[in-house]
Amino acid sequence: MRKLVLAVAGAAALGLGAAWAQEASQPLPDEHWSFDGIFGTYDRAELQRGFQVYTQVCAACHALEHLLYADLGGPNGLGYSEAEVKAIAAQAQVTDGPNDQGEMFQRPGRPSDPFARPFANDKAARAANNGALPPDLSLIVKAREGGPQYVYGVLTGYREPPPGVKMGQGMNYNLQFPGHQIAMPQPLRDDSVTYADGTKATLQQEAHDVVAFLTWASEPTMEPRKRTGVKVFLFLLVATVCAYVVKRRIWASVH
Amino acid sequence: MAAPVKQNKLIRWIDHRLPVFTLMEHELNEYPTPKNLNYWWNFGSLAGIMLVIMIFTGVFLAMAYTPQKDLAFDSVERIMREVNYGWLMRYIHMNGASFFFIVTYIHIFRGLYYGSYKTPRELLWMLGVVILLLMMATAFMGYVLPWGQMSYWGATVITNLFSAVPVVGNAIVTWLWGGFVVDNPTLNRFFALHYLLPFVIVGVVMLHLAALHQHGSNNPLGIDRKGPQDSIPFHPYYTIKDLFGLGVFLLFYAAFVFFWPNLLGDPANYIPANPLQTPPEIVPEWYFLPFYAILRSVPNKLLGVVMMFGSIFILFLLPWLDTSRVRSATFRPIYKWFFFVLIVDCVALGIVGAHRPEGIWVVIGRIATAYYYFHFLLMMPFVGWFERPRPLPTSISSAVLKGGGRLAGAGATMEKP
Ligand code: HEC
Ligand code: HEM
Repeated sequence: MRKLVLAVAGAAALGLGAAWAQEASQPLPDEHWSFDGIFGTYDRAELQRGFQVYTQVCAACHALEHLLYADLGGPNGLGYSEAEVKAIAAQAQVTDGPNDQGEMFQRPGRPSDPFARPFANDKAARAANNGALPPDLSLIVKAREGGPQYVYGVLTGYREPPPGVKMGQGMNYNLQFPGHQIAMPQPLRDDSVTYADGTKATLQQEAHDVVAFLTWASEPTMEPRKRTGVKVFLFLLVATVCAYVVKRRIWASVH
Repeated sequence: MAAPVKQNKLIRWIDHRLPVFTLMEHELNEYPTPKNLNYWWNFGSLAGIMLVIMIFTGVFLAMAYTPQKDLAFDSVERIMREVNYGWLMRYIHMNGASFFFIVTYIHIFRGLYYGSYKTPRELLWMLGVVILLLMMATAFMGYVLPWGQMSYWGATVITNLFSAVPVVGNAIVTWLWGGFVVDNPTLNRFFALHYLLPFVIVGVVMLHLAALHQHGSNNPLGIDRKGPQDSIPFHPYYTIKDLFGLGVFLLFYAAFVFFWPNLLGDPANYIPANPLQTPPEIVPEWYFLPFYAILRSVPNKLLGVVMMFGSIFILFLLPWLDTSRVRSATFRPIYKWFFFVLIVDCVALGIVGAHRPEGIWVVIGRIATAYYYFHFLLMMPFVGWFERPRPLPTSISSAVLKGGGRLAGAGATMEKP
């Protein structure tokens, strides 16, 4: 009984502390994701669609600073072949140099290049966005309370402002965003993109796909992490049971 | 002392000149241990293992980490994405800090319940408190290294506390920062110290163990061992028991590392530090929340700082604040309940620390802070003085034979002070 009280108190300290530190102001959507749970994986088709949404819509304002084009290929990538990755990278123009004449020059992107950024610097980004800074998206899912649910909520949360609510200049009403006034104009609507794989591009579909892509972008190593985790866990379980059996036998003679 | 290992010629040659094998044999193999230790005694070895894990993963992280304010955040992301198994090292280290504190806090409460701080283990206990302080400094400075929003603003808030010191306060803060704001020099020195302090901890742990082996472990009955019938050799009995405990512990730890690696962290630390934008809420890591609550519960800044640090320093005085000669709370009907209330109090402080100091949280915070000090400064001396302890068993073996400490022996004797 005493032990139980102690265990419960310990768990409560930990759990409540963590949970209460993170009170969300707005209820989060309840989307289901392929990467949920300890066996969850990324759905490659979904990631590719999400990448299309990012490239055709979000990339106009948001960078993905921590990604290289090469990240799109390989076992932890989006399922593109090496040639496809090369072709995607080559669509970007990259400033390189200086060359032997001491001059900077433009060349097509290579897989080893980081993703092209929409703006040269933060000032340029603000100037183009009414003074607001579009944040880098490569960690956005990890950097917000609620993660993918929250980002999905923002993308699908645009509404007409309720009567009586005074909107700031250039602000848009959003159910999910704290304070409900967001500087980002509604980025996605039905048919904002035409999917290469023929999927019907509803707002919900686009939002779901791009959030899946951004979740991957925030942690491309999630799949090996969970896979390793299952193996480690099983190993520990067996080892612990063995240790318990041995312990019982060794201690059997102690009175 | 005919240790089997000494049959090997090389080992004999070395041992004759440098008696490391004799030492190991003596301190690990034969080291007599009370036979009645329960699973709460596992947490000491777990803390030691956590320290080793932190140093091991930390050294690998340091190989790829850059302590420069414009590069630190990106270098941690590179560890996560490009360094082979960098994500594993970082998640083990990051969650390791939390689990190190869980284990250490349980270890401390174990000591509190079974009176392990009482004579002749006062120095052993005080060395433990030194380790706790060093751990806190290390974890605080480590949290600054990824240079996220919480790193930066946490560092700013906590270092700023020293400005409460009269007269020289601001000079101290400038000296700590190496400038007039938290900036690159702060990050550099925190990295240097974060690398250094764990090795200082290793040193203090050695002293902690030396002090432990002088009189051996306390035990759930809190009575001294009366003879060989009360002891068993550490190996294999406690090596296997510790190993089993380690397995159970690692199952929990691995679940967090692999399946919920960011659950205990603050999402805001994935936003790069921005000195121009204060986050809506500045919250420390969970293991500091009770102390943060004490700090914010006191209306006066200087007094708040003093009471926050005092809440740990008070533990140094524990051997003398507790006037009872009975070690184990099992035999202390009144103290026992105060002990459980203290746990509730600490949990409450932790919850308060996670909330803005507004409304009901201020009230709970003040009551809980006052109670914390009441427990150590008033309850401990007085209860020890008037409480009538239950009779103690004559020896560990007699109690074990009768099925644990609850059935106290008839011919009770007070333990020797
Ligand atoms: C016209 C430029 C523009 C486009 C296109 C755009 N955004 Fe934004 N976005 C912004 C700006 C500006 C902000 C900053 C809003 C603020 O702080 O009020 C922002 C903020 C965000 C945020 C952060 C919200 C928060 O909690 O702080 C997310 C997530 C986001 N955008 C996702 C997207 C996604 C996904 C797309 C593509 C589907 C996209 N954006 C397209 C300009 C844009
Ligand atoms: C007492 C043992 C230790 C504790 C409690 C501790 C704690 C921490 C914490 C809380 C962090 C922040 C993690 C994060 O949020 O990302 C951190 C980061 C770091 N630590 Fe330690 N640490 C310890 C030992 C060490 C040692 C011995 C080294 C180096 C030899 C080290 C190197 C680092 C590095 C390079 C980082 C930055 C990378 C990162 O943030 O993940 N640590 N530490």
